[in-house]
Amino acid sequence: MSNRFLIGIIFLLTVAAVFVDLPSHLPRLNFQLGSIKVDRQLERPALNLGNAFVRDLEIKEGLDLAGGTHLTLQVDMSKISPADRSQALEALQGIIRRRVDLYGVSEPVVQTAKVGQDYRLIVELAGVTNLNEAIGLIGKTAQLTFRESVDASEAAKVSTESALLYGPFQKETNLTGKDLKIAKPGFDQNTGEPIVELTFNSEGTEKWADITTRNVGKPIAILLDDQPVMNPPTVREPITGGQTVISGGFTTAQTKEIATLLNSGALPAPVHIVEQRTIGATLGQQSIDKSLLAGAIGLTIVAVFMLANYGKLGLFADLALIIYTLLVFALFKLIPITLTLAGIAGFILSIGMAVDANILIFERMKEELRWGRNRLAAIEAGFNRAFPSIRDSNASTLITCAILYWFGTGPVRGFALTLAVGVLVSLFTAITVTRTFLRTFESNKSN
Amino acid sequence: MFNIMRFKYLFFAISLLVIIPGIISLALFGLRPSIDFTGGTLLELQGPALKNQTDIEKIKETIQHGQVEVASIQPTGSGTYLFRTKAITPSQKDKILADINKQLPGTKDIRFETVGPTVGKELTIKAVQSVALASVAIVLYIAYAFRQVPKPYSPWKFGIAAVVALLHDVLVVVGIFSILGHLFAVEIDALFVTALLTIIGFSVHDTIVVFDRIRENLQKYSGKQNFEQIVNESLLETLGRSLTTSLTVLFTLLALILFGGQSIRWFVVALFVGVFSGTYSSIFNAAPLLVLWEKK
Repeated sequence: MSNRFLIGIIFLLTVAAVFVDLPSHLPRLNFQLGSIKVDRQLERPALNLGNAFVRDLEIKEGLDLAGGTHLTLQVDMSKISPADRSQALEALQGIIRRRVDLYGVSEPVVQTAKVGQDYRLIVELAGVTNLNEAIGLIGKTAQLTFRESVDASEAAKVSTESALLYGPFQKETNLTGKDLKIAKPGFDQNTGEPIVELTFNSEGTEKWADITTRNVGKPIAILLDDQPVMNPPTVREPITGGQTVISGGFTTAQTKEIATLLNSGALPAPVHIVEQRTIGATLGQQSIDKSLLAGAIGLTIVAVFMLANYGKLGLFADLALIIYTLLVFALFKLIPITLTLAGIAGFILSIGMAVDANILIFERMKEELRWGRNRLAAIEAGFNRAFPSIRDSNASTLITCAILYWFGTGPVRGFALTLAVGVLVSLFTAITVTRTFLRTFESNKSN
Repeated sequence: MFNIMRFKYLFFAISLLVIIPGIISLALFGLRPSIDFTGGTLLELQGPALKNQTDIEKIKETIQHGQVEVASIQPTGSGTYLFRTKAITPSQKDKILADINKQLPGTKDIRFETVGPTVGKELTIKAVQSVALASVAIVLYIAYAFRQVPKPYSPWKFGIAAVVALLHDVLVVVGIFSILGHLFAVEIDALFVTALLTIIGFSVHDTIVVFDRIRENLQKYSGKQNFEQIVNESLLETLGRSLTTSLTVLFTLLALILFGGQSIRWFVVALFVGVFSGTYSSIFNAAPLLVLWEKK
């Protein structure tokens, strides 16, 4: 690739990175230029490339920075048959996510994890430090209920509260989640339409037969924690076999979601907390301020050191280091990587490693010059000869990053990811960017 | 030319001077595992009324009055105190905090962590597994990366020498943290394991740079110089780079130790010690070891 082309690419990447790095609210522009008055609030737009890639381009702060609660829940699967366990875990994940969403936690994390024979859920609630409230929200078993509709005249008699909550479905039935064996998404054998299949246990089969016999032609509401699971389906005929199919123009995604919600009431698996961490927001803010200061100081020291040690070469390395910082931050926002304290440390450590490639190259250049090559040839030889060392040594760091990612959860993973991104970007900036700068400026001078 | 190899036994002795006290401390006192490994509760309290030892004793009594054993109390250096206790539930904690506030109003909990015993045990197993896995992966990787080392030198010797240097660094850091744990109650947690693995990566990073030069010089000077001379020359050639890189990394880490947050301070100290040891072992242990081995 020609040098001019590379300069263009580097320039475009840097501009794009600066754009991504900007905070969403820029300072207000307010000035007067001759007769032109400017008074505008500038905002950086979010990134939207269709469904698959939408980013608000905000830095995601981990719990140790933003404050909040981390919970690891152990799921008691003793009453659930081994075949249904992963479904029960998914159902539990669904129900907890739903509750947390209703509670209004921003960007909650609800992950499933299987450790040996243990089924676990990891819940991260940013900003929530009232533990009892959070545990109450998560710990209770989901209540699946079925309700029948009543006439308008009867519906008018109930309290406003109840009317608001249940609408026309004012009659409670004795059928609950305990009577449902399992719900599965499937397809109608004749039409191929996505459906949800319900299987009741023997007690549930009887209750369901009674209810459907009473309600032919009428809708039945299915609620989870008093929230409707779907539009109330209408009973076509009495169902006595315990096997029920619900159809209604669903998509496959919808039937999967409905089945998961129904299962969370049907497969009641109690949870208990095996790990819990709550960090106040003040502690987090102090940590950010201190780490950013440390990062800025570290960056400055490295920049000055490179300049002192390598003179003009160091200047190019510093320029590459600035581009490096801009690119890494942009990637943090784009991927997005949740930033933790350990992650910031990983980033600061990667600054040191980022200049390592430059140091390797510059030291090699010095040697080549000493061996009598001219400056331009020494530059090229420096890059070419140093490359195997740079490649092999960084590969070993990436291997440890992969193992770290496997080893850890939360903060450790954040550290591994930031370090890995740092190493990869540093390969680009220390080699390609620095070489392009050097070729451009050095060849202009000596020819 | 300066002959580094002449002093190889001195270099090994210096390493042992650091490692042996560490091993003795490990044998006598072990490490101080945090609740990450043992399970239990960590409570960080802050408040205007928290000033002197009597206040802290009051809190300790209040906690123990609630039938909860207090394992240790530690000031953090930024005006807050860390209490380690047996695992307690959030409602127990709320009750204890309310009791404390009766005597010392305005006391707040800014961190509250509880780890169950099973989770702690898993972390221990995983930590050992990942250090072992990292070592094996690195031997394999180096043996692969150095497969073109000219005969009769074996790529496996390069890999194993690198891992010996790496274990040296792990021992140095673990030993020093055992001593720190005994003297200053420094605990090792999940982040410490993270630091260890990062040190492993960095140590090998350094060793590879040195070995890479040995490989290049073996091809260049094969037949003209003996192995020891080639290694010596390679070390001298890469010395500038090794020192410069380590200094930049150590500078940035020092900035973090001095100005960074208190909660990751010991993590960064572990990295600092490890990076220092990693550079030392790459130059003064891994390469001399190769020479010793080839001589036999």
